[in-house]
Amino acid sequence: MTTVAHHVPRTDRFGVSDLLAEAAAGIGARPGRLVLTILGTVLGIASVVVTVGLAQTAAGQINKQFDAVAATQGVAKPATSRGFGGDTRAVGTLPWDSPERAERLNGVEAAALVSEVELGDLDVTAVPVHDPSAPRVANPAVIATSPHAMEALGGTVVQGRYFDAGHDQRADRVVVLGAEAARRLGVVRVDRQPSIFIGDRAYQVIGIVDGVLRRTDLLSAVLLPNGAARADLALTTPGELHLHLQVAAGPVVGSQLPTALSPNSPETVDVQMPAGRSSVRESVQADINAIFLALGGVALLIGGVGIANVTLLSVLERVGEIGLRRALGATRRQIAAQFMVESVVVGMLGGLVGAALGVAVVTIVSAASEWTPILDLRMVGAAALSGGLIGLLAGLYPSLKAASIEPISALRGGV
Amino acid sequence: MTVMDLLGAPQGGAPTDPDQPPPVVELRAVERQFPGDPPVHALYPADLQVGAGEYLSVVGPSGSGKSTLLNLLGLLDRPSDGEYLLDGIPTAHAGERERAALRARHIGFVFQAFHLLPHRTVLENVLLATIYSGVPRAERRDRAVEALDRVGLSHRLDFRPTVLSGGERQRTAVARAVVSQPRVLLADEPTGNLDSESSAAVLELFDELHASGLTLLVITHEDDVSARAQRRVRIIDGHMREIA
Repeated sequence: MTTVAHHVPRTDRFGVSDLLAEAAAGIGARPGRLVLTILGTVLGIASVVVTVGLAQTAAGQINKQFDAVAATQGVAKPATSRGFGGDTRAVGTLPWDSPERAERLNGVEAAALVSEVELGDLDVTAVPVHDPSAPRVANPAVIATSPHAMEALGGTVVQGRYFDAGHDQRADRVVVLGAEAARRLGVVRVDRQPSIFIGDRAYQVIGIVDGVLRRTDLLSAVLLPNGAARADLALTTPGELHLHLQVAAGPVVGSQLPTALSPNSPETVDVQMPAGRSSVRESVQADINAIFLALGGVALLIGGVGIANVTLLSVLERVGEIGLRRALGATRRQIAAQFMVESVVVGMLGGLVGAALGVAVVTIVSAASEWTPILDLRMVGAAALSGGLIGLLAGLYPSLKAASIEPISALRGGV
Repeated sequence: MTVMDLLGAPQGGAPTDPDQPPPVVELRAVERQFPGDPPVHALYPADLQVGAGEYLSVVGPSGSGKSTLLNLLGLLDRPSDGEYLLDGIPTAHAGERERAALRARHIGFVFQAFHLLPHRTVLENVLLATIYSGVPRAERRDRAVEALDRVGLSHRLDFRPTVLSGGERQRTAVARAVVSQPRVLLADEPTGNLDSESSAAVLELFDELHASGLTLLVITHEDDVSARAQRRVRIIDGHMREIA
């Protein structure tokens, strides 16, 4: 046992835990200086996080306004072709059960057929009075829909109810009025069971709808079930199929819908679906980001130089300590590793604090503007880690400098 | 049982018997010159043997080559020529890692300037020596406390070196030097920064360490310090000579 053991067990050698402990003690020795050291990195990382975060938030905000109506609406129509005379005509028709077919697709929340009905010389009136001397007034449009029209078009029933599949099948003479049409026809309440007349036929008004965001023209129209329109008004083919989609379902539904509606000739169905979410956001983001990211990069560079400076200063200050450690048996590599780890830890601290600060700023700004803060968390993690990377780069030169210190001169000149 | 308990048997003179353990320090025609025009001879070829448990002092005026000798003995510098055996292990051509390992386990340093870390407690300063020398982790704290007890500082464990007196600082440094149970203690002007009272206490401590079997090598320019040693070596202008 006296021949000093050449083979020290691995656990008793200068290991990672010793390295970390020494580096931590080195960093912790001067907390005030630590704050100053990481300041540059904190500001750099924070500005990058704020830049990207606010850009994402703003883009999300813009998207949200787009989205609310457009991103969840889809339309399918029969394809048209241009004839020799310059007129366009449909090359196919949608089936009457299109809504059922569409609603089976994943991503479709509601679907409804909306078809304009040609009235010919029929008038829409509240009272069937034939007064040859009265001037003709413009009729409200008459539109046939399938039962789920309000779900598909984003409307609300403000009075009464919307017609259902039963009304449709039995071709019941019921109508629902758009709010504007109801006002024009003088229908204010549906609980008195009012009727309107299309030509000579009476239709019972069972509801009034409002707020049809996707087809505001329906507000000034008389809506009746497909069944009644086909039986009474000779509606022969459905017009358009309107769909209410889940967010981001557009591309998928768009590719499946023609086949679902017309399995034998999907090319006869034209679909218009909202684009994926990304294209709008990306273009907005790219503009905002470029400048601020450049600024953040400059701040990071300054932060890195700051760490390098302070680490170098610390090396020069601790020449005596380095000499002592060498005398106590530390290798050059262990010395270099210690200063490297100190620098990386300082950088990482700066990164963490900076990322946290950035997230806080994004949240506060969003809260003040009543936006929804949107932040890619991976980006925040990457920002914190990049602080460590900056520390690594900044620590390279000072560490090599520390490793190259000769213990002899260091110990003689020390404090 | 410690290293020190086993030492101490051979006192004075180089062992000639092959069964004897090798000397702790053996210089064979070691010289050191620094390149230049003309080259500077800091140490002319010198031979020296220090057996286990000996107490040797090196004296000489400043600029005589004492520091060069210390650096060579402490494996902080390599001889230009010759061979230095530390505990029988040739070191002149050993790799940097091996020399660092030898420094860690075989040599304890005491400096004129103490070299204590100001932000660490006394105990932590002593523990610093154990992390590089492979002292078993479980024993480190106990050994450090024991070493501090030995130098009479067990009541100062949690103090910062900055609040200690010069004598206490140097005793802390001695505790740090002996905690890894080295084969030889190298002291470089250990009393250079101390008043006479503190000096006396430190020299007293050296005597105790010597009595317990530790090999001591003290470099000094003060005659009363060197007088405490059994053997004295003088360096003048790079020439080393033993004083009878």
